[in-house]
Amino acid sequence: MNDPKQLDTAKDHKQVRIGDIGKDTEKLTTVKLDDLMPLPGDTVFGDKEWEPLPESTTEKYACILDDVNILQIPRPQSKEEEEELVNKFLDGMRKLFDPQNNWTFLSMLETTMENCAKCNTCSDACHLFEASGHNEMYRPLFRSEIFRRIYKKYVKEQPLARWRSGDVELNWRTVARLGELAYRCNICRRCAQTCPIGADNALVSREIRKIFSQEMGIATPELHERGSMLQMKVGSSTGMNAKAVIDNLEFIDEDFSEETGYEFKTPWDVEGADILLIHNAGEILSWPDNVAAFSIIFQAAGLSWTLSSDLAGYDNINYGVFYDDVQTARTALLHAQAAKKLGVKKIVFGECGHAHKALTVIADRIIPPGLQIPRESCFPLLRDIVFSGKIKFDPERNNFPVTMHDPCNLTRLMGIIKPQRDIVHKLCPQFREMNPHGPHNYCCGGGSGFAVMSRSNITEWRCKVTGRKKFEQILNAFEDCRGPDVKKYIAAPCSNCKGQMRDLIAHYELREKEGLTYAGLVELIVNAMVDVKPGFIKWEDAM
Amino acid sequence: MSQFAYLLTYLGLAVFILAALKRIVAYKRNPMHLRWELYPVPHEGGGKASYGGGYLEDLEWWNKPRETSRIRELSVMIPEMLFLKAAYEHNRPLWMASFPFHFGLYLTFGLVALLVIGAVAELLGAPTDSGLVALIVSVSTILGPIAFGMSLVGAFGLLRRRLRDPALRNYSATEHYFNLALFIAAMGVAMLTWATVDPSFEMARGFIAGLITFNLKGVDSSLFLLQVVLAVLTLAYIPFTHMSHFFMKYFLYHDIRWGDKPNVNAPEINEQLGEVLGYEPTWSASHVAIPGKKTWADIATFNPAAEPEENEKTE
Repeated sequence: MNDPKQLDTAKDHKQVRIGDIGKDTEKLTTVKLDDLMPLPGDTVFGDKEWEPLPESTTEKYACILDDVNILQIPRPQSKEEEEELVNKFLDGMRKLFDPQNNWTFLSMLETTMENCAKCNTCSDACHLFEASGHNEMYRPLFRSEIFRRIYKKYVKEQPLARWRSGDVELNWRTVARLGELAYRCNICRRCAQTCPIGADNALVSREIRKIFSQEMGIATPELHERGSMLQMKVGSSTGMNAKAVIDNLEFIDEDFSEETGYEFKTPWDVEGADILLIHNAGEILSWPDNVAAFSIIFQAAGLSWTLSSDLAGYDNINYGVFYDDVQTARTALLHAQAAKKLGVKKIVFGECGHAHKALTVIADRIIPPGLQIPRESCFPLLRDIVFSGKIKFDPERNNFPVTMHDPCNLTRLMGIIKPQRDIVHKLCPQFREMNPHGPHNYCCGGGSGFAVMSRSNITEWRCKVTGRKKFEQILNAFEDCRGPDVKKYIAAPCSNCKGQMRDLIAHYELREKEGLTYAGLVELIVNAMVDVKPGFIKWEDAM
Repeated sequence: MSQFAYLLTYLGLAVFILAALKRIVAYKRNPMHLRWELYPVPHEGGGKASYGGGYLEDLEWWNKPRETSRIRELSVMIPEMLFLKAAYEHNRPLWMASFPFHFGLYLTFGLVALLVIGAVAELLGAPTDSGLVALIVSVSTILGPIAFGMSLVGAFGLLRRRLRDPALRNYSATEHYFNLALFIAAMGVAMLTWATVDPSFEMARGFIAGLITFNLKGVDSSLFLLQVVLAVLTLAYIPFTHMSHFFMKYFLYHDIRWGDKPNVNAPEINEQLGEVLGYEPTWSASHVAIPGKKTWADIATFNPAAEPEENEKTE
């Protein structure tokens, strides 16, 4: 406490102000254990103090916001580098408001800049703000208002900007903290949903990420180098090339044919098939049950379908949607080209929320007419299969408590709510909803790319803060059967959400303490199939 | 002084209309944006809007006729605009002040419309004790103080919240307080004018008749003229502030939040797509600023991670 540059924790550490953003302190704020939103029930889940960031990180990168570091912004080493950081940021910000550079989101960004009334209605909708004990840093308006004031003063050069819109100190610390703040938001857009005016403060997070990526060349390695760039290089962010992925699927086909007693084979590169199914390739490595389940269901339903071994044709991820419009467009075009090459009638997405949104909604105004192939969610198709009578089901096999997490991209951002519900209502006698659900759901905490990040203490942060509201929702959904004795299932039909569930369950030992497991929706379908040996869902090793 | 008030009114109305149009035209001139919708989308058909669903729930949705309803959209939009439903649901303490403020303003617009109708009727020779004029007078007499009163109560309530609630205070700039003070002054003077000088709004109808006929006759009340000046200045000022949300909200809702029109049989979208893909971005990061690649189409079809020969094949 003797060092004035250290965070003064004796004061109210949560009440940071816009005026603090450029302050010469080593840390702007912190979330203490006592701040965290309490969880329901008497079980002690044992949150711990923050794991300190490694010195190698703090020395190299500007870790000056809080206890976590996500965006690796090199710490400036001289006055010149400090100025360069600010000037590059301003250059990027100017481009955000230029139609040639940002036709993609200019309308939404400008209207959000000009019309927000700063009424703070959005704050209570934010699960991070609530979970952190209302730490000001997580208030949706905090980040967007800093951005807005910089815009009004330095980009729009509004007369009397300081008087009209409020002032903000712009220095390298402001820029570095704003960049990091853009990664303190799941971009789930629940805040935007509640805005009486229609402003979108979550979009501001994504636009800031774009400045860093598209102008300054700074993005998180998980999303960029090991994400979209790796996908464009070898075909998948998992690192699997076409040969590896085909080999893996062969193993999956063999293993699960034997295990389920249902002989199936996943088709590859079938020209003229009706359906090109694109999985999130992470499923193949982490959740092969999911991939096998799709193959079993599609084969049992007699569909004409195929996977593609073309570049990115077997991995539906599009990490660009989290941080970079150019990468978004490139990845979407690769997916469309893979479908075009095979001459399929439609693309169907496996259980991956952001991939659904990326290629169906966002790329709808990116893909040129020659590559426009219809894109469809797997859920209406699965509902059609389940209700078609082509497959016999025994719902008693799913007679355990089941709840369902709604991936934001599928529900709030695409309006796909009912098909998956029709399925669980038919096949899961003990299904219960989370509250709220559907378009008003809460993010799992892994949204906007966080689910694939586990550097230093990011996983800890995802569990303690971003995933806390979802954790509360899960516990409440199973309020009548808490504890380890009753096995309970969370259906999370999205790869990123599953990654977050996996880490939540491991971090808080929820398998042991609450009898919780998780997987997708197709696993429940196959588990109830009469033609498959009982026990497709594995309660013990679904990690 | 009266002439000044008349001229200022012409000027104020012109500024308001032109500035509001400028905002709208600027928005409409922006290039096509990507889809960024948020559900629930109320125009969705088949009962889907009721639970927040949309057409993407349908198998092979592109082969089915889209069921959309402008009436369902308006059935959400109008209560939202009139009663601030979102604030009521998500921020009740704010709504307690914001609703009377906004509704009072809407009633004030209604009052002005009535006064214009009354003035025109009188100009057309309707006797002041005729049914129409009498009705307008009696309704205006009731509507006016309610409108001014609601706005005043709301404006004071909003000011109190901005001053006392740290969550609002920390994000409020001088302009927020100025705006509310301006409304309090305008509505306060309007209330005072009604109470002391023009209880039946006869003077107001006369002033409007003068505006319509360009007969800038004198008005024998400084308080009335002050009311006119404040009202006109407030109106002209709105489009230059975030308060332009009162007309821009339509676009934020209709065009962005609910803009889920798919690119299926939509040549107008493809035409605009052709245009924007020809734009020339200047982003500087190395994976975007590719030598020789100028347009969005060039850049988006270039794979920065591929071996050089792979990109050559695609060119």
